[in-house]
Amino acid sequence: MSAGTTADTLVIGGGLVGAAVAWGLARQGEKVILIDEGDVALRASRGNFGLVWVQSKGSGMHDYARWTRRSADLWPDFAGQLAEDSGVSPDYHKPGGLHFCLSEEEMDEVRALNDRMHNVNGALGYGAEMLDRKQLDELMPGLGPDVVGGSYGKHDGHANPLLLLRGLHAALARRGGRYASDARAETIEPDGTGYRVTTPKDVFRGAKVVLAAGHGNSALAPQLDLDIPLRPEKGQILVTERAAPLLTMPTHLLRQTDEGTIMMGDSHEDTGYSTRSGSPVMSQIARNAIRCFPALANLRLVRSWAAVRILTPDGAPIYQQSDAHPGVFSLNCHSGVTLAGAHALALAPMIAAGALAPEMAAFSAGRFHGQTH
Amino acid sequence: MVRRIEPDGETFEFTFEGRTIVARPGDSIAAALTAAGIVNLRDSVVSGRPRGVFCMMGSCFDCLVEIDGVPNRQACMTAAASGLEVRRQRGGVEVQAS
Amino acid sequence: MKSCDIAVIGAGPAGLAAATRAADLGYDTVLLDEQPSPGGQIYRAVETADHARTEVMGADYARGRAIVDAFRASGAAYMDGALVWNISTDRVIDFSRGGASSQLSAKRIIVATGAVERPWPLPGWTLPGVTTAGALQILMKASGIVQEDAVLAGSGPLLWLVAAQLVDAGAPPRAVVETTPRAHYRAALAQLPAALRAPGYLAKGWRMMRKVKRAGVRHFAGAENIAIEGADAASAIRFTAKGASERIEASSIALHQGVVPNQQITRLLRCDHAWDAAQQCFRPVTDEDGQSSVQEVYVAGDGAGIGGALSAALHGEITALAIAARDGRGDPARLKSLRAERARDAAVRPFLETLYAPAPHVTAPADDTIVCRCEEVTAGAIREAVNLGAPGPNQVKSFLRAGMGPCQGRVCGPVVSAIIAERRGETPGATGYYRIRPPLKPIPLSELAQFTIPDAPEDR
Repeated sequence: MSAGTTADTLVIGGGLVGAAVAWGLARQGEKVILIDEGDVALRASRGNFGLVWVQSKGSGMHDYARWTRRSADLWPDFAGQLAEDSGVSPDYHKPGGLHFCLSEEEMDEVRALNDRMHNVNGALGYGAEMLDRKQLDELMPGLGPDVVGGSYGKHDGHANPLLLLRGLHAALARRGGRYASDARAETIEPDGTGYRVTTPKDVFRGAKVVLAAGHGNSALAPQLDLDIPLRPEKGQILVTERAAPLLTMPTHLLRQTDEGTIMMGDSHEDTGYSTRSGSPVMSQIARNAIRCFPALANLRLVRSWAAVRILTPDGAPIYQQSDAHPGVFSLNCHSGVTLAGAHALALAPMIAAGALAPEMAAFSAGRFHGQTH
Repeated sequence: MVRRIEPDGETFEFTFEGRTIVARPGDSIAAALTAAGIVNLRDSVVSGRPRGVFCMMGSCFDCLVEIDGVPNRQACMTAAASGLEVRRQRGGVEVQAS
Repeated sequence: MKSCDIAVIGAGPAGLAAATRAADLGYDTVLLDEQPSPGGQIYRAVETADHARTEVMGADYARGRAIVDAFRASGAAYMDGALVWNISTDRVIDFSRGGASSQLSAKRIIVATGAVERPWPLPGWTLPGVTTAGALQILMKASGIVQEDAVLAGSGPLLWLVAAQLVDAGAPPRAVVETTPRAHYRAALAQLPAALRAPGYLAKGWRMMRKVKRAGVRHFAGAENIAIEGADAASAIRFTAKGASERIEASSIALHQGVVPNQQITRLLRCDHAWDAAQQCFRPVTDEDGQSSVQEVYVAGDGAGIGGALSAALHGEITALAIAARDGRGDPARLKSLRAERARDAAVRPFLETLYAPAPHVTAPADDTIVCRCEEVTAGAIREAVNLGAPGPNQVKSFLRAGMGPCQGRVCGPVVSAIIAERRGETPGATGYYRIRPPLKPIPLSELAQFTIPDAPEDR
């Protein structure tokens, strides 16, 4: 067995969740191997929209709201350290974000949500406020007549998910971590005091194992007696040709990248693990975008893609450590960009220390099993 | 440096950056501009460096120009027509926020 | 939504022959093509080219007229100016025509989208004035426009054909700079006896080269280290040949390194593709008659593997007849004789493939050379991404934006896979290729928004 196959922690899954935790562990001085599939896989990280989004998250689970906010608060520091470590800027900006409302009913719903969330962060405040159309126009010129108002969240921002992933991989390498691609984890077994992960090419050994394989966790977790309920949900995204600066800040429906392309999305489909783009939904996304910004009609659609979100029954993350197998952690969530800051700077240190902090108990899979963590 | 196999034939005119271009039936905009000796059609949206016709068959998207105010159109895939106003494509598309 | 038995995509020789035969066999056939007139690139504008132009283009071009005429006389519906931008798994084709998108539902699809030129990234290849050799030929065919004093650089039959056509048009190129490595001539000798069995090709090629050389065109063999100079446009080409450094001033420089199958639609449909070591390109996996790995999707002509125009026309008809044979119709005797004729025609391919295989430097550009023209991604950046562990072109794409521009990786795809493969010490077949997603070409957002998906009953 070569020295390149043993580590303190084996992280399975080279997407945004796995890479953020792997880099975070490497920053703690751990020897990390990030084990990943090949070039063609589900790859939810490549389909991420790129929002660092606090508004509306965790309305049914305030621990999730606080965790999201914690990540958003960590993001500026996280982005800076990542750029320093990797030489790659994730194009992070925090100008705040807008949720448009296209009817008075929607205004009422969002207002009620903001009211409910008002105290969620205690003295820190929720940070979102309702704006009428006139106030919106001052923040974001060019809105269509159907936009009646919206909610502005000052903690919201956005980043380039692809640069973020590249930066995490580069930073991991510079911290001495190893990225093993074309290494789909097939089996995970206890091995002495640690664990053994078998892939088609290599067998890896580590004292700890982090399962961050997205939907791949569904097959891996049971091997270590973990029950993690996940379901797929397809999201489609469209992206235009590069345009001169137009959008002043990200919105829940569309955002403009630093390159100038405009991304639009926010579709939700139950189509299993399909990652095909379908023209009915593409057409609907285009209609919605033009409704919000009529001037977008003149732009060309260059590309579309679809990815499969990793959804838990309540939509909030599952962070689970195994009782039966110490040192085994299972991480399951969507919003890999929003939560990257917390994953790298808050969660990774817990894993390095060998146990999740008590405040993470709310994210245990036990909440779906009628049992405690 | 460029000439026509058929010395005579029906012609019509359009403009490129305000300059009159003489075209013939069957010409794409890219062909008529090539015949007029114009090779520099746009600035790269990445580096700002000039680009022109490359493949002439709609594959490369290098010959993008603005035609009658519509940006990023393929000059090689668009038939030349009398009276068109064609302009160099410069950088990212300007979208007027009305 | 309109529907049909067979939708043919592409109006080159394969598509025209397939649609003609399919319609003759009684299939409700629709041919969609992006160009304004039938013929594809090889027979571009063959219906409207006058006598003078047809003389310059030669007898092989003129032959396309009969193929187009037969198609026009067939019962196949023809949709010119139709850009196919998406195809669903159940063969609903989304296409843009005249500024609006609509749908066509097909029981079977024959993809006949032909070939594209093999990309050849070299320093200065993005400068205005640098084109493909095919571009010079299209200018002649479609508009009778002749580039004077061009320099043709690269390798392959088309390089010499375009040079000969320019000579016939009275505008001999300033030089032909050939990159074919000397060793390829020796290797190709072994294939010569077989090649002689294919009718006419070698004699034709020899006459073309003689014509160009007799016209006084300078010829450089075994050229390497090619680069193009220029500030805002090409002004000269530099290279080394026979140990000497050469520099030729030119404002028109046409590059060519052979052609490869256009994979955009077959990749979109997620057909299986394989690396063809002989042709040094990817091609969809098909049976002899063009059936791909995807149910009811066929590939005819150069899109299924490079065979040339004659072979493509034969293949198109073969595909239509093979479909009919499955339905218990058609003409088995003709199918058999067409297959034999196509096999005879293919006898020249091993010779051409050996002789004109791309030189190693063609698929291994220097680190500072731009590979993805749209996003200006260099070969060095791609190699760095591989060093970082990127397992293939899709991770490279997401790390660097290579292949994310408006051309959707059409131009850079083959070289990106080659660079990654070389770095990883594997074949491009093991490396794989960009995943192709809709729209196949950019369409206006307004058009997409207005594109409603009718669930109305079929009106056709």
